[in-house]
Amino acid sequence: MTKISLTVDGAQVSDDVEPRMLLVQYLREKLGKTGTVIGCDTSNCGACTVHLDGRSVKSCNVLAVQADGHEVTTIEGLARNGELHPVQEAFRECHGLQCGFCTPGMIMQSVDLLNENPHPTEAEVRVGLEGNLCRCTGYHNIVKSVLYAAEHSGEKAGVQ
Amino acid sequence: MTATAEAPAATEIGKDRRRKEDQRLLTGRTRWTDNLTLPGMLHLAMVRSPHAHATIASIDTSAARNATNVVAVVTGQDIADTQGVMINAWPITPDQKAPAHPPMAVDRVAFAGEVVAVVIARSAAEARDAAELVDVQFDELPAVLDLQEAAKDTVLAHPDLETNKSAFWRFDSAEAGTGGNVDEAIEKARADGIVIEREIDQQRLIPAFMEPRSVVVDPTGEQITIWSSTQIPHIVRFALAATTGVAESKIRVVAPDVGGGFGGKLAVTPEEWITFAVARRVQKPVKYTETRSESLQSAHHGRAQHQRLTLAATKDGRVTGLKVELIADLGAYVALVGGGIPLLGAFMYNAIYKFPAYRFDCQTVFTNKTFTDAYRGAGRPEATYAVERLMDELASEVGVDPLEIRQRNWITHEEFPFTTVAGMTYDSGNYEAATAKAKEMFGYDDLRAEQRQRRDAGDRVQLGIGVSTFTEMCGLAPSRVLGSLDYGAGGWDHAGIRMLATGKVEVVVGVSPHGQGHETAFSQIVADRLGVAFDDVEVLHGDTQISHKGMDTYGSRSLVVGAEAVVRAADKVIEKAKPIAAHLLEANVDDVEFAAGRFGVKGTDQGMGIADVALATFAAHNYPEGIEPNIDAESTYDPVNFSFPHGTHLCAMEVDTETGQTTMRRYVCVDDIGTIINPLIVGGQVHGGLVQGIAQALWEEAVYDESGTLVSGSFVDYLLPTSADTISFETGHTTSPSSYTMLGTKGVGEAGTIASTPAVVNAIVDALRHLGVNDVRMPCTPERVWKAIHSAGSGGATEGAAMPHFDEAEPGQPSTEGAGQ
Repeated sequence: MTKISLTVDGAQVSDDVEPRMLLVQYLREKLGKTGTVIGCDTSNCGACTVHLDGRSVKSCNVLAVQADGHEVTTIEGLARNGELHPVQEAFRECHGLQCGFCTPGMIMQSVDLLNENPHPTEAEVRVGLEGNLCRCTGYHNIVKSVLYAAEHSGEKAGVQ
Repeated sequence: MTATAEAPAATEIGKDRRRKEDQRLLTGRTRWTDNLTLPGMLHLAMVRSPHAHATIASIDTSAARNATNVVAVVTGQDIADTQGVMINAWPITPDQKAPAHPPMAVDRVAFAGEVVAVVIARSAAEARDAAELVDVQFDELPAVLDLQEAAKDTVLAHPDLETNKSAFWRFDSAEAGTGGNVDEAIEKARADGIVIEREIDQQRLIPAFMEPRSVVVDPTGEQITIWSSTQIPHIVRFALAATTGVAESKIRVVAPDVGGGFGGKLAVTPEEWITFAVARRVQKPVKYTETRSESLQSAHHGRAQHQRLTLAATKDGRVTGLKVELIADLGAYVALVGGGIPLLGAFMYNAIYKFPAYRFDCQTVFTNKTFTDAYRGAGRPEATYAVERLMDELASEVGVDPLEIRQRNWITHEEFPFTTVAGMTYDSGNYEAATAKAKEMFGYDDLRAEQRQRRDAGDRVQLGIGVSTFTEMCGLAPSRVLGSLDYGAGGWDHAGIRMLATGKVEVVVGVSPHGQGHETAFSQIVADRLGVAFDDVEVLHGDTQISHKGMDTYGSRSLVVGAEAVVRAADKVIEKAKPIAAHLLEANVDDVEFAAGRFGVKGTDQGMGIADVALATFAAHNYPEGIEPNIDAESTYDPVNFSFPHGTHLCAMEVDTETGQTTMRRYVCVDDIGTIINPLIVGGQVHGGLVQGIAQALWEEAVYDESGTLVSGSFVDYLLPTSADTISFETGHTTSPSSYTMLGTKGVGEAGTIASTPAVVNAIVDALRHLGVNDVRMPCTPERVWKAIHSAGSGGATEGAAMPHFDEAEPGQPSTEGAGQ
């Protein structure tokens, strides 16, 4: 067991974890942050995407011990004071989700994408979300959501 | 008095309401089955067969049992008498052959991935570690993998059955009295007409819902509670009771948030049964969540058919007959609806056309592969692909535009209702209108001009235009029809409406959503029907203790069957409330009429809202003699017919003739799905459906190696499309309401998937037809497209599909590409 201390969604947390424990397992099993989900075992689907120090990572591809001393933001930490983040709002507005399973990862990746490029083209959005799979929407409305967020919230869309 | 928002006029239906479901899902406040944790809960890990066909010689569980925090290791022998059996609800013929399908193999495995033992431990990680320690000795048996080989009975998937052939099912229009003799039509066309013959492989696909399946069983209460990531909680409950001896009243099944299904969770699964058996054995809550690899390997697959098609037509392209000879791969077992899937296509091969003669022969066979069952469209995509590909080939033979050949054969809008050669009565539709609108949106003539120009210039990248004028049947299904097809259950659905004292309305439905947005759409319907506010309606589902009765969600049935029950329950609420309102208004009941949420006395301004009636009924201080103080109501609706959505889909593909690379340039679809409740949700259903159909055309295939191992067993290898592979779509609608439903809806869940596959492949073939290509096998990878171009014909592995005649002595050769297909 290794002791780790980190910040998750603004809260200081500390636990003893097995060195092999993945960050996503730590979030779900130790912290009960079940908003972040697991969709595959090959880091293809991106459903588990969170932010590590403000950049998107697939949390199935990071060991919990690697997050020691760092700051993690999950889908559960994105809305502030009961108000949806502009990207969450855009997904609602544009029907960018159906079953909702890919949504946490898709939104966290979209926020990262807009941080990098606040005014992306459709093609840039499509390439930027390539690492996140969705089986329901055909991506049409997800792409639309990200473009909507870029258009309607300007620089804010990428800001946490 | 009541805390309700102001009641609106009937304006909800047709409105693009944002979804009620979204707030939770967007913020991670979700109840996926795997999120559940119960006190003392144990975790399961399955030990699966690596072999496609083998007997189990021995299982040594001692090392696993002795591992830290392992509670038990259970084999098939241990639970042989208590685990129940996996059922098949649709034996398609009385003499259908089917092997017993125990949830956990007892002495023999019939596909790679079948469960042979389960480890129960305090954590999922420890269970998985210990599963590695279970030592299973197998004696391998020969495996049959190719469905055409299976039909020859050389190697047997189940030696005890003495054949791989499960059932043979025929529909013949001459025998049924719905049309002529197809052999005569073909004979005549051979002498003086056009005969098109094709063999098509409908490759095996994997539903690949995003949420891996998970099941939690808690045996500690009076009822055993099962949470499962399923489309069909009611059917799971029935089947568990029917096969395990546990009383149905002692079983509660909950489908909490379910992350997609697409038919893949229209299943009773071995994993559910095993988890149920283990929970009863250890008397503790247990959880099993599959890995993605396990999901791809052992959750049921779809499609997997081989089609031999013979189309007869006159020289000017009027179809005179269609003969379909189908081999359908069941995989290792007859799954819940398994053998019936091709039959759902049997009535759709004639599509929107006036074919005078038709025969459909279907042989289902066993192979040593994962069992197959419903996948979005289920039978109808295969039928639609076949007929829409054939119509393009016929157009080419006749030398006319593909839309022209369709027009020569389709049912015109004046001809509805129209009884087809397959015996279905289509009530409404307008193929001319949908096609005209799609052509205009697409800029059809301009794209044809560009195609000609690029062809004349000999461009390296050629343009192709693909057409698909599809129809389908939704709304499974009239119970008597299902009975006549030997299906094991009815096709009704159930709804209840509870009028709460505070003015809120609870709508309990028997359909079970997993992404479709029922809570939103059904709220809109009830808001209009009862004249209450959208936000005052709460839709409850997916828990057999709340929704005790239902047939669940699949086959685009929720709106056309489930919502029809909701509407009828709402009407009953109004009828029950009316005498109470009349009593309170001191009026004659005949003088009271209901409109926009209010009971009014004719010719006066007297009246009261339905919420006030609900409150007065709750108080029950003042109500008429001889009736109950209750305005809640239920309804069970059995559909009178299927519904028949249709549409015209047009696809432009660019094909690089040097590399075989294909690029989608435009996709336009105009769908007639009857009345639209929520255009936002409909748009989402269409987009997602399109991509699943396009994925069959271009990317997806479950590929097995020669020993029966699924080599596309992860998302690295099974090519789910990404955002970068796909484009944005242009969608439109024409509307001819269904006459079979009160709401006029027809169903939309599967339309995109059914329509899009042939549109894409027709476009690719259209781009290359001048190079001698008349077919490309799916998925149309760059390699296959390149081979098709360079073999001057259909190319490569599709060669078998281009055979000129079906000579009995020289059947179509099975292809060798795509290892094992």
